[in-house]
Amino acid sequence: MELTTEEKEMLEGKHGAAVKKSMEILTALGDIFGAKRLIPVTSVQIAGVSYHNLGDAGLEYLAELAKDGKTRVYTTLNPAGMDLENWQELGIDPEFAKKQKLVIDAFGKMDVITTCTCTPYLVGNKPKQGDHISWSESSAVCYANSVLGAKTNREGGPSALASALTGKTAEFGFHLDENRQAQVIVEVPESPKNVMEFGALGYAIGKKIGKRIPLIRGVDKADLEQLKSFCASIATYGGTALFHMDGITPNKTTVPEEKVEITKEEVENAIKEMNDADEIDFVSIGCPHATIEEVEKIAGMLEGKKVQKEFWVCLARPIKEMAEKKGFAKTITDSGAKFACDTCLAVAPLKGRFKGIATNSAKGVYYGRGKNAFKTKFCTIEECVKEAVGE
Amino acid sequence: MELKGRKIFTGTAKGEAIVSSEGISFYGGVDPENGNVVEKGHPLEGKSVSGKILVFPQGKGSTVGSYTLYQMKKNGVAPKAIINKECETIVAVGAIISEIPCVDSIDIEKIKDGDEIEVDAENGIVKIPG
Repeated sequence: MELTTEEKEMLEGKHGAAVKKSMEILTALGDIFGAKRLIPVTSVQIAGVSYHNLGDAGLEYLAELAKDGKTRVYTTLNPAGMDLENWQELGIDPEFAKKQKLVIDAFGKMDVITTCTCTPYLVGNKPKQGDHISWSESSAVCYANSVLGAKTNREGGPSALASALTGKTAEFGFHLDENRQAQVIVEVPESPKNVMEFGALGYAIGKKIGKRIPLIRGVDKADLEQLKSFCASIATYGGTALFHMDGITPNKTTVPEEKVEITKEEVENAIKEMNDADEIDFVSIGCPHATIEEVEKIAGMLEGKKVQKEFWVCLARPIKEMAEKKGFAKTITDSGAKFACDTCLAVAPLKGRFKGIATNSAKGVYYGRGKNAFKTKFCTIEECVKEAVGE
Repeated sequence: MELKGRKIFTGTAKGEAIVSSEGISFYGGVDPENGNVVEKGHPLEGKSVSGKILVFPQGKGSTVGSYTLYQMKKNGVAPKAIINKECETIVAVGAIISEIPCVDSIDIEKIKDGDEIEVDAENGIVKIPG
């Protein structure tokens, strides 16, 4: 790979140990994937924040880099293992909380904006079309590439942090237009109508075509919440980091020859497959993190009611602050439901605490089952709220 | 005999090869406390990679696996060196942050389990018996 004089100096250690380590990572990845050069990035989102996933080793690595590392571009974090302020109410072990705070402190010391969310695009970390960025979380990567038209590979925690500390990434994969063209046309049987149906469609397409880039036809319209849900689902079940949706997404693409059809039955089967719970004792909305519109909707349905089950609304802290200003937050907490800022069911240590979860998120089903060993009910947001209040 | 590949992370090592025909997921697949492979049905299940030169086609699974390698190194149970057929992000980043000598683009079928081998990662060279 060709490096500029400054980049060579960074690699030699003239800009400090954290920059040197970061450049070693970026240049090694560049060599492995055949990049010709490094390119500047305008935004970074780092995964590997939950202490549950990092462990002491991850924490130690971050503390080491924090000795002299500082971010060179705006950088936010993926969800942590707990609400950083309200962790006690959510039943988090104090020992875990202590370690989780050390993780956040290490990132803070490196000048990372320690807002923890899988929806950075809702809280100001929102790249423009064509921007090169380094993001990690799979639904956010898919949203950035497909819906925003920015360009990112799916980074691991250390490589995204390396981009943050150098302002660079290696130019390969989705940074190059030739790797962003559709590989298969996917015909959809009917346009999905809500967040849950978009999740089910993402599941069906992901399972069918895997990592290939689809050009999806047959979706008439999609709002932000629906696209967010679709990105999470297709990335979880297919590993997809980029899709094109006719008339919806902004990227240009060549049209591939191969075509597959998704049948109504496949979408129905996806919904059936994601439902195996008899007993629900936990309800969670906000995977990916809820928008202010979703919070408003939940507040509207919970007005004057009491929840009978543990109910979490997962979201980025700035969105909760907006909900407080609008009065939605009070309505929700008055019902007994809880906000889980900075975290979600995919990264919080929840195993053994609940038997069955109801969620409108297809991705939530995956993590509810795999990591937490819950049974799952996959349903609309309205049905989730009914489940919580015992109607 | 010398096999020629490509440096991922520099360093030298000499020791016993432990060879897997299948990919390895470090996160969830290897116990960072003792270096034992714990993935069900894996060819190396129950064996320890600690202190050996670990030879396998490529990494797989969660990107958190890079931190697992780092944890193994800190616990003193990391492999002495890593040899891949085709290195990918998880193992490459894991080797770099843990400072474990690592080479790839090696014809790993030529290496037998239990062979005494030498790795010169800077020059991408692996010396095998014969």
